[in-house]
Amino acid sequence: MALLEVEDLSVTFARRGQRAVHAVDGVSFSVDAGEVVGLVGESGCGKSVTSLAIMGLLPKQPGLRVGGKAVFDGTDLLQLDDRSRRDIRGRDIAMIFQDPLSSLNPVIPIGLQVTEVLTRHRGMKGEAAAKEAAALLDRVGIPDPKRRLKEYPHQLSGGMRQRALIAMAVACQPRLLIADEPTTALDVTIQAQILELLKELVRDSGTALLMITHDLGVVAGMVDTVNVLYGGRVVETARRRPLFRQPRHPYTVGLLGSVPRLDAGRGEKLNPIPGSVRDLLPWPDGCAFAPRCARRIDECVGEPPELVHAHDGRSYRCVNPEPLPGMVPAPREEETA
Amino acid sequence: MFRFIVRRLLQLIPTLFGLSLLLFIWLRRLPGGPETAILGERGTPEMRAAIRRNMGLDEPILVQYGRFVRRMIKLDLGTSTSTKRAVTTEFIERFPGTVELTITAMIIAIGVGIPLGYLAARRRGRFLDHASVGGSLIGICIPVFFLGYVLKAIFSENLHWFPSSGRQDPTLGATRVTNFFVLDGLMTREWDAAADALWHLVLPSIALASIPLAIIVRITRASVLEVLNEDFVRTAEAKGLTEQTVRRRHVLRNAMLPVATSIGLLAGGLLSGAVLTETVFAFSGIGAFVAEAIGQRDYPVLMGFILIIAVVYVLVNLLVDLSYSFIDPRVRVR
Repeated sequence: MALLEVEDLSVTFARRGQRAVHAVDGVSFSVDAGEVVGLVGESGCGKSVTSLAIMGLLPKQPGLRVGGKAVFDGTDLLQLDDRSRRDIRGRDIAMIFQDPLSSLNPVIPIGLQVTEVLTRHRGMKGEAAAKEAAALLDRVGIPDPKRRLKEYPHQLSGGMRQRALIAMAVACQPRLLIADEPTTALDVTIQAQILELLKELVRDSGTALLMITHDLGVVAGMVDTVNVLYGGRVVETARRRPLFRQPRHPYTVGLLGSVPRLDAGRGEKLNPIPGSVRDLLPWPDGCAFAPRCARRIDECVGEPPELVHAHDGRSYRCVNPEPLPGMVPAPREEETA
Repeated sequence: MFRFIVRRLLQLIPTLFGLSLLLFIWLRRLPGGPETAILGERGTPEMRAAIRRNMGLDEPILVQYGRFVRRMIKLDLGTSTSTKRAVTTEFIERFPGTVELTITAMIIAIGVGIPLGYLAARRRGRFLDHASVGGSLIGICIPVFFLGYVLKAIFSENLHWFPSSGRQDPTLGATRVTNFFVLDGLMTREWDAAADALWHLVLPSIALASIPLAIIVRITRASVLEVLNEDFVRTAEAKGLTEQTVRRRHVLRNAMLPVATSIGLLAGGLLSGAVLTETVFAFSGIGAFVAEAIGQRDYPVLMGFILIIAVVYVLVNLLVDLSYSFIDPRVRVR
């Protein structure tokens, strides 16, 4: 059985007098124990909202509706009351956020921000907690951890801050780690280090990782299964290799085509996907990607496309998928990792 | 930390120097000169000349200024023209009353304002929020003296819950040590005297607290609302911390910065507010005395009051800056 089974998750923001926004619209995917799963898509496709909904961290506001199921180890997280949810958060499911500076409390030393998790979930206090916190910082590769514990976020570099956040997330050896764009705010060399660290932690501890990213390079480097999101729906799910070798959904094709490549010929232009994810549908239903799609046909605009389960275990939501064999060569791992 | 305090205290020197210059010029520039201010319109030329000689106004201006500064350093603020007593003596007797009043008012404003502003933010858009935002608007709008009269009419004249005037019941015959009546009562173990002095403080300090209270409620509410949306609050929630820990450790502490700033600015203004409050409640602090001095054109008293306000302002803001460094490590002082 899967560790996390998200089924038909939907998140709707309704404002008085305005059209309701379906930020997430029937998203389903699963994460097995110890597996690394990617949620990939461009800004505004609903990937962050999906993760926040699973964690129960969406800002409480009138008009917010969360539907569907998110079953973690047999319990539906969406049905839990606030208290039991707090018990699970940080202990069984932990999360790493995008901007390490704003995600850390500026007026509290790093040490307390690590030990408060230990105190809350593992009942550790005082000396023992401080020792464990130092060990955690050491484990995520922060040199001189004893001194760092006393420091404040503004005294740490960007990479160090993200490492500290990771230390807080893995403090209770969670079974699932959700990383929401963990490298986006960092510069390229630090990005690689942080990804390497995450890979290592996942490998050593057997923690499952849900990696949320817009960066296909990140996906190619570490993810086992990829879910491509568009307009609040999963449009394609596949293992990493087949996805890169033979993308079926035109959006996935477009995403892969718009990645700059070092081995591209001189003067060769990038192929961006025309339009923007915010382009509104001129029709009530149908494929959300249709307005930007090169392979659009008449059937695209009627009913929303069903998820097609192909024989090779992958699935896509398209009535006119890219034919096999794929057009885009799969990148070799060492190029993209 | 120590060096910071010393540096800030040294800053008092230029502040006071500038102020002394302003005061000096102000006194020389009074309509008709200081002698008219003292004598009024009725003085004969002989009397004027006598005063000019007594005050040294016939000497060169720099000599006059030098003497003026020397007297200020010796805390000799001259003699009150209305009570004929040394201004310094008058202040030593009356200033403690004002300090008691403003501190009590500040405790009320902070003690009620911060929790109320916090609750308003947590219950945003609900009854308590609207009530406290609306109430604080009223609090800001109502003049202190008017609120003072209303409180007096309701709680002392009609309900007889609180005394309507004074600092303490004189029939108690309380011993004076520091002229801080509450403190005196505690020091001499005259508990009834301390309680009575505190009782006398209630209504005036509520009246005086109204404006700072309203401002603190609003600033706290706005600040908490802003912090609630911060990423680090989401991180704290993601760690599964209890709601109480998230609020206390992560929300409130960060929300306190703007509140601390405003408290510093408000504390200085309280001294001016005390002038009105003390007059309404016949509370014998420095405020009521100064209000009288304004009417009497008692310039030495006014000058002393201005100096005291300046010093208090600088000291209070020093305290606020120090409190910053406890709240926010990013502005920690060296």
